[in-house]
Amino acid sequence: MSGFNWYKYASPATFYDLAGRMIPWFYAAAALLCAAGLYIGFFLAPTDFQQSEAYRIIFIHVPASWMSMFIYVVMAVWAAIGLAFNTRLSFMMASALAPTGAMLTFVALWTGALWGRPTWGAWWVWDARLTSELILFFLYIGFMALQAAIDDPRRADRAGALIALVGVVNVPIIYFSVRWWNTLHQGASVSVTKAPSMASIMLLGMLVMAFAVWMYAIAAALSRARSIILERERNSQWVAQLLEGKA
Amino acid sequence: MNWGGWAEFFYMKGYALYIWGSYGVTAMLIVAEIFSLRARRQRAIQLALRTVKYGKVEKDEGNDEVTA
Amino acid sequence: MKSRHKKLILIGVVVLALGAVAALVLNAFRSNLVFFFSPTQVVNGESPHERAFRIGGLVEAGSLRREADGVTAHFRITDTAQTISVTYKGLLPDLFKEGKGVVAEGRMSSGGVFMAEQVLAKHDENYMPPEAASALEQAQKAQKTLVAPPEGKK
Repeated sequence: MSGFNWYKYASPATFYDLAGRMIPWFYAAAALLCAAGLYIGFFLAPTDFQQSEAYRIIFIHVPASWMSMFIYVVMAVWAAIGLAFNTRLSFMMASALAPTGAMLTFVALWTGALWGRPTWGAWWVWDARLTSELILFFLYIGFMALQAAIDDPRRADRAGALIALVGVVNVPIIYFSVRWWNTLHQGASVSVTKAPSMASIMLLGMLVMAFAVWMYAIAAALSRARSIILERERNSQWVAQLLEGKA
Repeated sequence: MNWGGWAEFFYMKGYALYIWGSYGVTAMLIVAEIFSLRARRQRAIQLALRTVKYGKVEKDEGNDEVTA
Repeated sequence: MKSRHKKLILIGVVVLALGAVAALVLNAFRSNLVFFFSPTQVVNGESPHERAFRIGGLVEAGSLRREADGVTAHFRITDTAQTISVTYKGLLPDLFKEGKGVVAEGRMSSGGVFMAEQVLAKHDENYMPPEAASALEQAQKAQKTLVAPPEGKK
């Protein structure tokens, strides 16, 4: 079993090195995409016919909201892999994703409030879309606080994985809430089942920003994972060798 | 978008507070996260260095990926 | 080593966060899944009678009437099948327009008029420049006159 190549990459030592070399590229990609996306969103995309300039919040609101859901799913997948195969690195990845996911969930809620006030006429309403996104935020907070409260890393991993897996049912609820129930929040402008209901330059700006947020999230999660690896593996031989080599 | 100067751009037809409030807070949060990541990395390196120097360095535990 | 104090705070955060999740989910199952009722549901008596609720639909074209005081507005919400008259005292949101989506919160008066305490605009998921929107409107108008015989109205 241990002869498979992917075990090599599942080893924290190899991953630590690989991630360290990839992080600058992801940061660079995020910065370039962000600059391009903001340029398209603010200088090329036209004014909207019903919302005037207020709609420009979409270029950060939708990418942050998408990533807030996507990161939770990835976190749950890592947690499931960790539980199934007892791989420490998977649990570390789940822990590394949570703070960035929580931050982006907050961004989605915050920009949503600042968008809702001038267009709907309310900062906040308790409709299914907004409520389920708020639940996502509390799930991230619960995951992080629970892991921080338990001293033994193995037990912390398992407890966190439980929240990640139970909470993941919330993600499809967020996504489909605007179809399943009456909500104040409008339906999806972009989906796999129908043509996008946005002018193509607006759509382009939004997608470029979504990729920018995605690249940023990968860079941040990898960077955090490296710190977690150092914290947890500091007693191991390879960390000693790594640090001796640097000293 | 028809260009009417920076003042008009920042005014955003009256939606300045909402738009710049969204982007500003997001930018602040991202900068804060990058700083906290850097701080955590420094702490982790210091902790590992101390452990290597003073603590008991255990036998390599790095290869027990599949223990179940 | 974590201090006992810090740990207690963390456990408190866990309990609060998961408690909030549970409370929101339970509350959602009780009432919030239905954010608004359609005029048809209201006419059929499916909406609450005693407490405040929300009606959602389109602002009927030509129904908006403002009183001389400048803050009281009368309009009708329709889902094309049924129509409810609404009275509202306050500022209407920017996107409130005849023919567009609206959600009003309030109570039914004994006279069958919905007395709104809050009016929210519900916009759709279409984003396009104004020129494209007016071109689309023209095209739809042209299609309507081609498909259906022009009525006496307008």
